Amino acid sequence: MSAHDELQHAHDDGHGHDDLGIHATFGGYMTGFVLAVVLTVIPFWLVMGHVIAKSSTAAVVILALAAVQIVVHMIYFLHMNAKSEGGWNMLALVFTIVLVVITLSGSIWIMYHLNSNMMPSMMDPANLP
Amino acid sequence: MSDLSSTVLPGNASAPPLTFYDTAESHPPNGTLLGFWVYLMSDCLIFACLFAVYGVLGREYAGGPTGAQVLELPAVAVNTSLLLLSSITYGFAVLEMQRDRQRPMMLWLTITGLLGAGFITLELREFAHLISIGAGPQRSAFLSSFFTLVGTHGLHVTCGIIWLIVLMTQVAKKGLIPANKRRLMCLSMFWHFLDVVWVGVFSFVYLMGVLP
Repeated sequence: MSAHDELQHAHDDGHGHDDLGIHATFGGYMTGFVLAVVLTVIPFWLVMGHVIAKSSTAAVVILALAAVQIVVHMIYFLHMNAKSEGGWNMLALVFTIVLVVITLSGSIWIMYHLNSNMMPSMMDPANLP
Repeated sequence: MSDLSSTVLPGNASAPPLTFYDTAESHPPNGTLLGFWVYLMSDCLIFACLFAVYGVLGREYAGGPTGAQVLELPAVAVNTSLLLLSSITYGFAVLEMQRDRQRPMMLWLTITGLLGAGFITLELREFAHLISIGAGPQRSAFLSSFFTLVGTHGLHVTCGIIWLIVLMTQVAKKGLIPANKRRLMCLSMFWHFLDVVWVGVFSFVYLMGVLP
């Protein structure tokens, strides 16, 4: 066991202390920041200035801009790429996105249909068993 | 492990000694950051569930106030700017950390913490205002899901600020040792992740909530 511990220790030392796997740059952060500001200002302007009259169109535009902004944050602030941590970062992210999409779209879809399939008589508390 | 490679079974002396080609533990370098990433992803699932709840209940007003009546976009715009600015100032702190410059790094971390505290203050004021006009979490399903989602995010930011203060104390005491750098990178991921969640909150809850 002690041999194993020594080996583990030597292994950790061998990787070097400063190798945190992430090499941030000023340019990267500033690019991300400018893009994030633009992608934040546009939806606020759309809503607060009543630019788009139709609510559903405005909602789609807002969600699309939010999706783009999330990708920008992931790349420039969280330093995501397909190679970091040998690809395991990306794998965990893809798995999470799949679960998030299932959770969100599934819940909203199912509950919307439950709402619209309710019989009028079921809405009245007096008719409940 | 190295002992094992020379082990020979008794009574079988003529057999060639066992050889292991991979003597080291196989794990990716820097497992802490990967592990922390996995934590963030599971946290992401918590928020996904809360977003789903809000998506389902967000228009159930129960005769109470609607989003357009109670949500104040100018305050949210200020809040969003504060959080976005705190993200970039944490980025500057990381840049100083990479160059081993402790004093400027601490300065950027302090600014980050203050911006985070400003965010929390504004959010608490908004909550207090809503509760004072009778639009508390118990008023309608919309307000319950609103308070749960936004409150959980605010709780995360509060925890981030506490973590930041603890880390600044550690850096002040022990300097920029490798362990502290690793912790600072974890908090960096946490902080930027909260900004990502906030993008979802201001888009899905506030901006879409006030649409007619």
